[in-house]
Amino acid sequence: MSETEVKTNPQGDPVTSVAVPKADRKSDPHGEAKRQRVVTPEYMFHEAPRTKEFITGSEAAKEAIRRSNVDLAIAYPITPQSETMQLVGVLYGEGYVKEYYRGEEEVGVMAAIAGGSRAGVRCYTATAGPGTLRGLEGIASWPGHRLPVVAMFTCRVVNAPLAIQPDNIEVSYLLNCGMIVFHAENQQDMFDFTMAGFTISEKNDVTLPVGVCCDGFFVTHARGYVRMQDRGIKLPPREAWRGAVPVLDAENPPARLSRDAPVQKSNFMAYNIHAVWQQEVWAAVERSRKYIDRYMGGLLTAENVDDAEVIIIASGSAAAQSREAVRLCKEKGMKVGLIKVRSLRPFPTKELRQLCGKAKLIVIPEFNYVGWLAKEVATAIYGFSNAKIIGGPRVYGGQSMPVELIVDEVESGVSGKKSTNVAMSQIMGGVVNADEVAHFMRSI
Amino acid sequence: MGVSLPDPGQGLFYGLLEPNEEVVIEEMARKMLTSPNATLFPGPLLLWAWNDHAVEKAKATLEIAAQIPEVMVIPMPDYRPKYPKIDPEEVINPNHPNLTIWGNKIEACIFIGVHCHYANLTLKMIRAGTNCCTMAICAEQGHEDAMLTIRDSDTLKIKRVAQIFKRVREEMGIKLPENGENVRFTGTQSKVHGGKTHTNPMAFAPTPGGTGSAAMFGHSAEHMKREG
Repeated sequence: MSETEVKTNPQGDPVTSVAVPKADRKSDPHGEAKRQRVVTPEYMFHEAPRTKEFITGSEAAKEAIRRSNVDLAIAYPITPQSETMQLVGVLYGEGYVKEYYRGEEEVGVMAAIAGGSRAGVRCYTATAGPGTLRGLEGIASWPGHRLPVVAMFTCRVVNAPLAIQPDNIEVSYLLNCGMIVFHAENQQDMFDFTMAGFTISEKNDVTLPVGVCCDGFFVTHARGYVRMQDRGIKLPPREAWRGAVPVLDAENPPARLSRDAPVQKSNFMAYNIHAVWQQEVWAAVERSRKYIDRYMGGLLTAENVDDAEVIIIASGSAAAQSREAVRLCKEKGMKVGLIKVRSLRPFPTKELRQLCGKAKLIVIPEFNYVGWLAKEVATAIYGFSNAKIIGGPRVYGGQSMPVELIVDEVESGVSGKKSTNVAMSQIMGGVVNADEVAHFMRSI
Repeated sequence: MGVSLPDPGQGLFYGLLEPNEEVVIEEMARKMLTSPNATLFPGPLLLWAWNDHAVEKAKATLEIAAQIPEVMVIPMPDYRPKYPKIDPEEVINPNHPNLTIWGNKIEACIFIGVHCHYANLTLKMIRAGTNCCTMAICAEQGHEDAMLTIRDSDTLKIKRVAQIFKRVREEMGIKLPENGENVRFTGTQSKVHGGKTHTNPMAFAPTPGGTGSAAMFGHSAEHMKREG
């Protein structure tokens, strides 16, 4: 196959090659990267023409990094994230990423990413499952240090016994760090959320890390259609001098690695400054809402929710399954709406209150045992909706989610029949029968 | 949800969006001209000569100071906590700004040239723990924790603020001292300056030759050593 020949899938759609393009020895391997043109985020996200390709989620992340003017990427490969960071390494070879190396483990990677961000450069890393939890001490410190970073979390099982299968329970550990958290449904979201993440993360009044989560394997290793801008354009570089905090002055040692606060002092002032510091971090999360609206088109998307009495609320891969469930419900004559939550932090509280006010039944399918999204939704709409909330179906440990499971919950919720897949303790809302729940609890 | 930051050209007027930032600047002037112990708090983005732009903004800020009789100017030179104890007449610090507010009985203040994260911490603490009216002249998007704030404040806008302060002062019939020495030294500042109680702020305007020279501002080697 010649270099100009384009590889395609059976449907004839172009497939991006993982391999580094062959270059003749005389030409500059960084030539194409050097010719990239900087465009405004507004042009990049709203105006630039796009072409469609059929690629994996990891390849979508790679293509997003290609166009994001990234200075530093650090890898510590863990399945299923390993492919993504390998592909970012290919970008380093092509000159699109200025610095790249493999860390010793996740604690070191997250600390080094913190150093890179404090020094004022645009940083990217990715991890998954146990790697996320191992790196969590560093990750949880990023918001307080006001470090713009984009990190991808390709969720997988974290619980013992060891498994590498899809399960997004690790998202629940990220929700209370003070970082911005997006949940990608598919390859297109991986591409769009990653690029928008850099822009939002570095806004002066935000200056926070962005976590782009997806459900491992379903998104990272599977192919989907992704509409992408031309690879000859890229986002503007990070302007660290405009940040909400000064950059680390590496030329005048000793560099101060932690943000100055009266740490380890047991007095009112020390407590006061830390309390105020936390308030400021969460205020910054709130300020990101307008940029998520501007660059991503909103914290959620809603389909067919006008005057729908039944609404399915989902994020990540569960949204894709829910969309199919909505179609099956329509065939059965049921009008069901779908709300896909794209931003978990900040959470679309106001939007959900508006959209769910008239709903009588809300079904929330999830790829984890604990049902973190159901708890978030129930908290957000409490007092604003009288809907019965079914916190399920839930699959975990690598299970897939047949759409029929979701349809069953819609049907049982509408008919009042007892669900066979969702425990009664997972059913919330104004129409819950307290006696039934009490009986269930006694029966455990 | 909560207080929203102003868009370009707007200001924040006691928690409400004000479409015309000039209205906010006029209220800033009235508060600074009428409140006890009004104080300007310049931050590192103005106090250090990072570049020509920073120097120009510092000069423009002195023009604001020059329009307020009896105003104090207390710097926030960096963000490190001051141990073992802050001298509230010397500096203000984002980790315990209320001590400087209480120590000088300040009832109105303007922050300018402070990195936004530290300005927000400072403003939150002052608002929660003191009766001081907080104002922020911000180079970026403004501050929801300030009672009065404007945004996108480059040199030209800071100079315009000084002009509006001058107009409001004249409308209120408030006069400046004839010798031009309208800035009141704090006790510590007075000691550094040989017992003088007041000064002309424009005398502190940085010049190209003297930029960055602490000695130019009357700081002795002994002082600098003590300040670390």
